[in-house]
Amino acid sequence: MTPRAAASTALGPVLSVLLALGMLSLALFVLGYAPLPALSALTSGAFGSGAAWTATLLKASPLLFTGLGVALSFRCGVWNIGAEGQLYAGALAATAVATRLLPRAPALVLAPLTTLSGAAGGALLAAIAGGLRAARGVSEVISTILLNFVAIQFVALAVHGPLQETSRAYPQSDALPGAALLPAVGRLHVGVAIAVALAFGVHLLISRTSLGFRMRAVGLSPTAARFAGISPERHALVSIAIAGALAGLAGAFEVAGVTERLYEGLSPGYGYTAIAVALLARLNPLAVVPAALFFGALEAGAGAMQRTAGVPSVVTQIVQGLVILVFVAIPFAGRRALVPGTPGDAAP
Amino acid sequence: MEALLDSALRLAAPLLLAALGELLVERAGVLNIGVEGMMLTGAFAAFLAAVATGSPVFGVAAGAAAAGALGAVFAFFAVLWRIDQIVVGTAINLLALGATGLGIRALYPGGAPTAPTVPDLALPGLATLPIFGRSVFAQTPFVYGGALAATAIALFLRGTRLGLRLRAVGESARAADAEGVNVTALRICAVLCGAILAGVAGANLSLAQSNSFTEGMTAGRGFIALAVVIFGGWQPGGIALAAIFFGSASALQFRLQAGGVAIPYPLFLMFPYLVTLAVLAFATRRRLGPGDLARPYEREAG
Repeated sequence: MTPRAAASTALGPVLSVLLALGMLSLALFVLGYAPLPALSALTSGAFGSGAAWTATLLKASPLLFTGLGVALSFRCGVWNIGAEGQLYAGALAATAVATRLLPRAPALVLAPLTTLSGAAGGALLAAIAGGLRAARGVSEVISTILLNFVAIQFVALAVHGPLQETSRAYPQSDALPGAALLPAVGRLHVGVAIAVALAFGVHLLISRTSLGFRMRAVGLSPTAARFAGISPERHALVSIAIAGALAGLAGAFEVAGVTERLYEGLSPGYGYTAIAVALLARLNPLAVVPAALFFGALEAGAGAMQRTAGVPSVVTQIVQGLVILVFVAIPFAGRRALVPGTPGDAAP
Repeated sequence: MEALLDSALRLAAPLLLAALGELLVERAGVLNIGVEGMMLTGAFAAFLAAVATGSPVFGVAAGAAAAGALGAVFAFFAVLWRIDQIVVGTAINLLALGATGLGIRALYPGGAPTAPTVPDLALPGLATLPIFGRSVFAQTPFVYGGALAATAIALFLRGTRLGLRLRAVGESARAADAEGVNVTALRICAVLCGAILAGVAGANLSLAQSNSFTEGMTAGRGFIALAVVIFGGWQPGGIALAAIFFGSASALQFRLQAGGVAIPYPLFLMFPYLVTLAVLAFATRRRLGPGDLARPYEREAG
C-alpha cells in the first residue's frame, strides 16, 4: 500500500476517534467536568511514563488477540459476538492445566502447555457456535451471546468448586505455579509480542493463503462461494474456531502473565471491546494493532483520569460506542453528501 | 412454594416485557441486540424522573421515552441507513452502559438515592383466591402489564391486517414490498415499540425490583430477553412461558443461595442458557425465526 493510500484509509478511523472524543468532551462539559484536564490526565495515564506505557500495552494485548479473532471471523461473514466467553474459556482451561493437571511440570513443558490449552479452550467454545451453525443453521449471533454467559458461569462454578484455591478463602484459583508464568520484562509479558506477531500471522493467513482466500470468498458471498465449490458452513466453522483460539490465548495470557490467578470478572469486557477494535480496523488484521493500542490506551488512561480528574472510567464505553457509530456512519454520510439523492450501500 | 411463585413472576416480568418488544422487532425482520442497552437506559431515565418528580408513574413514562429515543437512533442507523444491525446494537449497548454509568456518578457523586417505587397492586377478589391468589394477583403492576402486553401482541399479530403485514415484512421483505407494504416504515415502528417495551422493562428493574439505579444493573437481562424470544418460539404465549421459566430459574437460585444449599448456584444461572442452546440445536428449520431476520432490505434500483 502506498503511503498516500494508507493515509486515506486511516482517515476514517482517525476522524471517527477524534469526533468521538469531541462528543465525549462535550458530554463531560455538560455534566460539569472540565474536558481538557480530563483528556490530558487520560493521555498522560496512557503514555506519560514507562509505567503508563506498560499499562497501555498490557490492556492492548488482550484486545489485540480478541480483536484479531473478531476481525477474522467477520471477514468470513461470521458474526462472532463470543470473544468474551472464548477468553474466559481459555483462561479456565489454562488455569485448570497449570494449577490442577500438571502443577509440578517444568517450565519448558508447562508454559507452552498452559498457553496451548488456553487456545484450545477458546477454540472449543467457539466451535460449539460454529458447529451449531454448520449443522443446524443456528445464528451464531445468538449462540455466541448465550455461550458467553455459559462460559462466565462455568468460571464461577470452577472458582467456587474444583479450581478454588487450596485455602478456600476467596472464590479464586490457586496462584499459577512459577513454571506456568510467561517470561516477562518488568510487568510486560511475552504475550504482547506474540500478539503483534499473530497480527502479521493472521494478515498472511487472510491475504496470502488459499484458506484465507476461501474464507474471504464466503464472507463476500456465501452463495457464490458455494457455486465455486467452497463450503460456507465448513469455513465459517474454521474461522470461528481460529477466532476462539485467539481469544482463548488472550485469556491464557491474562492468567499466566497479568493476574496469575483465575477469578470471576477477570475481563473488563475485552471481548466486547474487541468488536469495536475490529470494526475500527476495518477488519484488517494489521490495522487491528493500532486500533487495539488506541482502546488499550483508553482503558489504561481512564483509570488515571478517574484518579486525577475525577471523571468516572466508564466513559471508555461511551467512546467505544461512539467510535463504532461514527465510524460506520461516515462512509454513508460521506457518499450521501457527495452524490445527493442516491441511496448508499450498507456499510461497512 | 407460594413465595417461590411470587418471586418467579416478579423476576419474569422484566424479561417478558423486553422479550415481547424484541418479538415485535424480530417478527418485522430486525435483530436488535441493543435491548440490553435500551433496558439500561430505561432503568436510568425512570429512576431519574421518579426521583425528580416523586412519581413512579412519571418515572415509567420517562424510561419508556428514553429507551424509545435510543430505539430511534437504532432505527436510523440500522433500518434507514441499513448499517449492520449487529454493529449498531453493539454500539448502543456500549454507549448506554457508559452513558448511564457516567450519568449516575456525575449526578450523584455520593451514591444514588432511593426512588419512589411502583407499589404492588392486589386485584380485588382475585388476590384472595386460595393457594396461588396472593402470589399471582397481589403482584407488581409490571406483571399485569406483561400479561396484558402478551395478550395484546398475540391478538395484534394474529388478528389484525397490520400484524399480518408486520409478519410478512419479517418473512420476506421483498414479497411484502411487492404487495405494497412500506417495509422501512413498518420496521421503524416495530423498533420503536420494541425499544419502548425494553424501557418499561428497565423501569421495572429500577422502580420495582430495586428502588434505585446502579451501574450496569440490567446485568445481561437484555441478552436473556433475546434467548426468551427464541425459547418461546417467536410466539407471545411461548414467550410468556419462557420468561416464567427463566424467572423461576433465577428465583430458585436466589432461594438456594439464601438457604445455603450445597448445589452450586452457577449451575442454575447457566441452565436457562444451555436449555436455549439445546432448543436452538434441536429446532426444526421452521423454528429458527422469521425468514428475513437481520437482513437489511434494499429496494433494487429501477
